[in-house]
Parts: sequence; structure tokens; C-alpha cells
Amino acid sequence: MKKKQTADRELGNRSFLSKIEPYLYLLPFAIGIAVFTLYPVINVVLMSFKEGYSHLSRNFDQWGLANYQTVINDPKFAQAIGNTLKYVLLVVPISTCIAVVVAYLLNQKLRCSALFQTAYFLPMVTSITAVGLAWKLMYNKNFGIINYLLSFIGVDKIPWLENAAWSIPALVIFGVWNILPFTIILLLSGLQNIDPQYYTAARVDGSKGLRIFLRITVPLLAPTIFLVCIVNTISCFKVFSELYPLFNGKPGPFNNLYTVVYYIRYAMMESRKYGIAAAAALILFLFIFAFTMVQLLLQKKAKKR
Amino acid sequence: MDTRKISRFFVYFFLTLGALIMLLPFFWMFSSAFKTTQEINRFPPQWLPSRLSLDNFKRAFEMAPFARYFMNSVIVMVCSVSITTFTTILAAFAFSRLRFPGRNVIFSLLLSLMMIPFEMLIITNYTTVVNLKIYDTLYALILPFTSSIFYTYILKNFFDSISDSLYWSARIDGSSNWRFLWKVMVPMARPSLMTIILLNGLASWNSFMWPMYVVVSKENRTLPWGLQVFTTEAGSYPELLMAASTVVVFPVVILFLFARKYIVRGVARGGLKG
Repeated sequence: MKKKQTADRELGNRSFLSKIEPYLYLLPFAIGIAVFTLYPVINVVLMSFKEGYSHLSRNFDQWGLANYQTVINDPKFAQAIGNTLKYVLLVVPISTCIAVVVAYLLNQKLRCSALFQTAYFLPMVTSITAVGLAWKLMYNKNFGIINYLLSFIGVDKIPWLENAAWSIPALVIFGVWNILPFTIILLLSGLQNIDPQYYTAARVDGSKGLRIFLRITVPLLAPTIFLVCIVNTISCFKVFSELYPLFNGKPGPFNNLYTVVYYIRYAMMESRKYGIAAAAALILFLFIFAFTMVQLLLQKKAKKR
Repeated sequence: MDTRKISRFFVYFFLTLGALIMLLPFFWMFSSAFKTTQEINRFPPQWLPSRLSLDNFKRAFEMAPFARYFMNSVIVMVCSVSITTFTTILAAFAFSRLRFPGRNVIFSLLLSLMMIPFEMLIITNYTTVVNLKIYDTLYALILPFTSSIFYTYILKNFFDSISDSLYWSARIDGSSNWRFLWKVMVPMARPSLMTIILLNGLASWNSFMWPMYVVVSKENRTLPWGLQVFTTEAGSYPELLMAASTVVVFPVVILFLFARKYIVRGVARGGLKG
């Protein structure tokens, strides 16, 4: 009886307290989001249009597009965009191709599949910057294990980290290794969603291994492959932590590997031009936004099917 | 029958070869952490150290305050993960069960905020941290990471899957929202919470870029950032650097051996967010 009364009171009279209850639940979450996500988003947009902003006085001359003009005309930024695009265009296709094959093999009925999964997924959880130091050691021209292994197939010692031309492949190989686990996991879950009936039908028709892979697996996996490419493109646009440990914090052996995020850091910390950094960050966001829109469209399409 | 066996052999052969390549950097890090200066500078390289001594670890800990870095990493991780988990549970419950005007609009606005890269927020957050007078303190590493739209989204999805009738029968029985949340919802959501806590903990442990911006003094560095500073301090002793890297990486490797399923499940779901 008493229980009933309480319930009635709680459900019946929407007291002041019960009206504000939802907001009390949201409050702690909302504070964090408002201060460290929502406000920064608005502020960075405003900042990018403030000309001559000084971080000390917090004054600026006028509103305008000068920051964007400076960024776009800065050869360093052009280099940063070029390097970032190069990185994206190399890492995304290479890692996707490898990941499709590995995911396909991992999806077979295997002994010790837990062992294989652990090996292939491990780089995803470990600190990129710490493992990057191990890569730096492996890339060492004179004592590195990579040049040693390559010597077996008759390759001369490669100056991976000392030479401007070789620094890009060095970064890309490390980047591919680093992004592979994530890519494999997504493709694997895509593979597991394929109806096994397709395979049975193909086998009844007498198709075999490679033919099944190319004619059934890859086409049915195509939506997932596209999705993975886009998600990886977005994350590769933000390349920074892969680069940092390889070259002692410098972008490349001769500062030749500026990426967009490195440029933002440079504008912010070294030249203290927050407006420039904000404009560069917004340009980065435009790229990411475009790819996110494609991703959402693809996902909508996939849901409809 | 024979071709089947051969193809099986190739499957295992390629998978093993690939797995060895994936593991090589870890093997190299751990093995180099025990080598002497002579052993690490040898060509052809030596696969295994001739003895297992903790000397390198000792020397690395003497050269830089890695014990302090380690403690800082633990403090930041524990604080930010527990606060985030708390705010996430409350917010996910509100978005999933409680009724208030504009609930769905607000939630989709939050989802659209997820595509904003953290790199874009750094400029303002940096000045915010300076203005709050917490620049170069551990607070600067904790406070910006106390609520997460992404984890709230994951947990809300789970809460949504719990049947409404359970909620209403509990309410009729006189249970308050608060009680229902902690006595029924949270215990049921244990696997999802586990995933959230693990992903969040890993992100915090490995976090590098933000500490690099807001922490300068020795006593406030966390492990990954302290390690990068150490590269200049220990430039000519790669074996010490590998010992220090091992301290960062090894705990995560052990964790992954035990919690792989939760982590992988979370990542598979997280990659398809939106």
C-alpha cells in the first residue's frame, strides 16, 4: 500500500523536482561538452576570421579572410597538404588491400585463431609514439633489423630516416602497420555478416578458393571496404603521432614532412599565430567533413538494403 | 584432397608470416630493452640479449623520473576514466529513458559534434586551460576528458535495448529513477561498460598530443610524453629508450591478452559509428 502511494506521487504529480530531473542527469556531462567541445568549436571558427589576433592582449584588428589567405599562400602549408594527401593516398589503399586478404584468411576455420588475432590486433592498443621508437631503431641505417633482413634479398643499406626521399616510405610502412589492425577488424566483422548461403551455392556450382574470393567475397564486402577506406582516410588526414617519434619530433629529417596537424602545431606553438592555426584547422575540418558526408550517405544506403 | 592440404598450408604459412611481421616491432623493443650498448650496436643484429638483466630499466629510471611519469599516467587515467564513466552513465540514461523537450534534437546535434577532430579543438582548449590557471598541472590532462559523446552514444544504444516494461514496472513499484539506474540498468550494462572503460583507459594511457601541448615540467609529464622527451636525454643509449618504451607498452600488451574480446568488439562497433 505504501509502495503504491509513492508510485502515485512520483508518477502522478509532476513536481518541480521531477521536471528538472533529466537536466540534473545531463548536467555533469553537459558541462564537459560545453566547455571543452562546443565552445572550442564556435571559438575556433570565430578565431579563424579574426585578423591580427594577439594571444596576449586577446585583441584583433578586424574580421576578415586574411588568415585563410595567409595559410593558402604559405608554401609550408602547401607542402603540408601535399604530404598529407600523399600519406592518405598511399596508406589507405595499401592497408585496405592487405587487410582484405588477412581478414579473409582469418575468417577461415583456423586452429589458434585467438593467437593470430592477438598478433594482428596488438598494434591497435599500444602507444603509437612508444612503438614508433622501436621502429626508429629498426629503421636504423647501419644496425637496423630491416636493412639486415633486406640484405638477404640483395638490397643495399637504405637510409630510411636520414634521406628525404626515403622518409616517406618509412613513414608509410609504419602507418600501414599501425592502421592494419583496425582495418582488419572492421573487414572481419563485414565478412562475418555475409550470408554463408552464398558460399554454399558457389561450392555447389563447383567454384574454388580464389574464384570464390574474387567473385563472391570481394563484391559482397564492397560496402564495408568503401566504409573502411573513408574512416581510414579521415584518420590519416590527422597524421601526426606516427611522425613524431621517427624523427625526434621534427616533421621529417629536413623538416620536409610537414603535415596539416604539424602545421597547426607550428602556427600555434612556434609562431603563436592562433588565427593562422585556426584557419588551418578549419581547412582540415572541411576535408574531414566532406569524407564524413560520403560515409553517412554510404551508411544510409547500406541500411536501406 | 591434396590441393586442399596444400591450400591449408599456404593459409597458415601466410598468416604466420604476417603475424611475425606484425609482432616484430614488439619483439625488437622487448629484446633490445635487455641488450647491452655493445649488443645493440652490432651488425648483423643480435636477435636475443645474451643475458636478462634489469640494468637498463634501472638506469633509465635513474636518468628520468619514469616512476613519477608512471604514477601520473595512472592518476590521470583513473580520474578521467571514472569521471567519464559516471557522466556517461547519467547522460546515457537521460537520453534513453527520461523525457524532456528536444531530447532527440539535442542528441543528434551531439552526434554531429563527433566528427569534429580533436586537433581542431586544441587551439581553444589550450587557452582555456591557461585561463583556468591549470596549465602544466595534472588537472589540465583530466578535466577536458570528463565527458564523451561517443561513449554516451554506445551506452545509450545499449540502454535503448532494455525493454521499457522493466522500467515502468520498477517505477510502479516505487523505485526512483536513480535507484532503477544503479540497481537494474548499470548491472545489466556491464559488458558495454567494460568496453567503454577499456577503450577509454587505453586512450588515456596512450594519449600523447594533448599532454605535449599543456604539460611542460618534469613532475607533470605522463609516460608517452615523458618518453619522447627522454629521446633527447638518452639519444645515444637506444637500449635505455627501449627499456623505457617497454614500460609504456608492456602493461597494455598484458591487458590485451586478457581483454581482447571486449576491446575488439568495441572497436568493431566504434568504427561504424555515426
